[in-house]
Amino acid sequence: MSVTLLIEQIINGLQLGTMLFLMASGLTLVFGVMGLINLAHGSFYMVGAYVTALTTASTGSFLLGLTAGIMAAAAVGAIVELLVIRRLYGRSHLDQVLATFALILIFSEGTRWLFGSSPLWLSPPEALSGSVALPGGARYPVYRLVIIAVGVVVAAGLYLLIAHTRLGMRIRAGESDREMIGALGVNIRRLYTLVFALGAALAGLAGSLVGALQSVQVGMGEPVLILAFVVIVIGGIGSIKGALLGALLVGLVDTLGRVLLPALFGQFMPPSEAAGAGTALAAMLIYILMAVILAFKPKGLFAAHD
Amino acid sequence: MTSHDSTPLAATERPAAGSRRRWRGRLVHGLLLAVMLLAPLAAHLLGEVYYVNLASRVALVAMAAVGLNLAIGFGGMISFGHAAYFGLGGYVAGISAYHAFDGSLVMGLPGSDNMLLIWVAAIVLCGLLALVIGAISLRTSGVYFIMITLAFAQMAYYFANSWPDYGGEDGLPIYLRNTLPGVDTNDALSFFLLCFTGLVLSMALTSRLMRSRFGAALTMARLNETRLATAGISPFPIRLVAFVISAMITGLAGALYADLNGFVSPSMLSWHLSGELMVIVILGGVGRLYGPLAGAILFVMMETLLGGLTEYWTFFLGLVLLGVVLFAKQGVMGWLAGSERHE
Repeated sequence: MSVTLLIEQIINGLQLGTMLFLMASGLTLVFGVMGLINLAHGSFYMVGAYVTALTTASTGSFLLGLTAGIMAAAAVGAIVELLVIRRLYGRSHLDQVLATFALILIFSEGTRWLFGSSPLWLSPPEALSGSVALPGGARYPVYRLVIIAVGVVVAAGLYLLIAHTRLGMRIRAGESDREMIGALGVNIRRLYTLVFALGAALAGLAGSLVGALQSVQVGMGEPVLILAFVVIVIGGIGSIKGALLGALLVGLVDTLGRVLLPALFGQFMPPSEAAGAGTALAAMLIYILMAVILAFKPKGLFAAHD
Repeated sequence: MTSHDSTPLAATERPAAGSRRRWRGRLVHGLLLAVMLLAPLAAHLLGEVYYVNLASRVALVAMAAVGLNLAIGFGGMISFGHAAYFGLGGYVAGISAYHAFDGSLVMGLPGSDNMLLIWVAAIVLCGLLALVIGAISLRTSGVYFIMITLAFAQMAYYFANSWPDYGGEDGLPIYLRNTLPGVDTNDALSFFLLCFTGLVLSMALTSRLMRSRFGAALTMARLNETRLATAGISPFPIRLVAFVISAMITGLAGALYADLNGFVSPSMLSWHLSGELMVIVILGGVGRLYGPLAGAILFVMMETLLGGLTEYWTFFLGLVLLGVVLFAKQGVMGWLAGSERHE
């Protein structure tokens, strides 16, 4: 195992972590403020990626595409909140899981209907298509580094928004006592729609950025969604800080596990078996991590709620 | 979580109304069972093997949902990971048949194509898996429980996907359907009757359990944990036992399902399957003995009819499901048989 490879994998892990944070922060905000568990969050990721791919293809500008993708995800999020999600706030988690599962079916199948099953292609913008040298001599794509930077900027922006603005104050108040801020004259329904659209926009941003690395296709949001759930459960549902730490933890453990475990097993197993066992264990690693954390801290690392 | 409050019969209700409702319930239940049994018989007489197999599919999906309903509906434990047991049961049937076919050993034991042995193995293994998963997951509650059960099922899914010995993501075919002494399992009608028997027995077991002291304790663990503890009964073991039994029923259904399809693959472990089983429980009506059967009939019918009309049928399934969750909380059975909670 060379140091170069290790550094490269750590950066890959950070990149996965920042993308997971964009997804998880929206999920955890929605749960923290509205008490809603939203399986359809991955659909906003998909909407963002599709709109970005289509807009970029027709205008030739990735930046324009990205803006359109984020705005479309936010708009779809707001519409879904007004039509469906709003009716689910007081309902049981079972109802919320099922209704949002139904939304996944509608979004995924609807997208397949409109755009077909074959993936759309989205390439990173020309200016970011190069690579830079890492210590040790390997080349690393600039675009992936930019993704990490965007994630860091958004995390900082989210922190400022929540800690230092009036909207953030209302969000925090909503997390600690929903009835009270309603009684104090805050338009709680508008706040809910806003928070939901904000979460959807973050998911759309993540989908657009990742769409340029992988293919843009139906169902692309689902694996990320489940990882994001692991993140918020590990971090403590409702906690943004927990989402950030959980996302980085999951990103690094998942990426490094896939590289290190087969190599580790190779030390005391024949190579053919080591590859199989190592890969199998690596695929399960973050779920094992989550189970272990929940077994000791049933409310996650930074529980915001009792 | 006491998410679905039962609707106790109002004290002021006239006895006649209650009795009429009970009769309506019995009528609907009898009709459901009769349709489930007679439709494939008719199909058999008409020589339509496809529909007999379709009925077997309904029976097995219903049976898996009966298992899940014990956890969700009667126990209030919202498991989003019952695909783990369904898939494990399927893999037990597949792996056993695989080793019986080529005569090799699995963990020192020979494979077998005898269904009785396969069923026992599937039930025991699913029970053990659920014991471990339940013991960890039941320490949590609410959303955390939903998510941790999902995580365990994903673990099983990724394990099956990346473990190369039994086909990995390509799945494992069962070339010859497993056998049962005295029954021709390759005959579609005989196989259907097996599945139907399994379904009826699992429903009878649920009914028997819920009438017992254990069932009363489980109901109280769902409605008011503190009150149960005040009566000197600890809720945790009660829930755990119910969770294990629930997994065993779903696992047995999975073993039969693999034999029905002649194939087992990681998709039997996927979170979509867990979701579909939940959908069936909800469509039928949560916590109702006949709910899973009604839900399974409706689900497979929609899949077949809508699937025949448009390849995008899950879009419409989503709309129907959304409608049921938002506007018809009692499910199909609440609508057909009145609001009596369980029988």
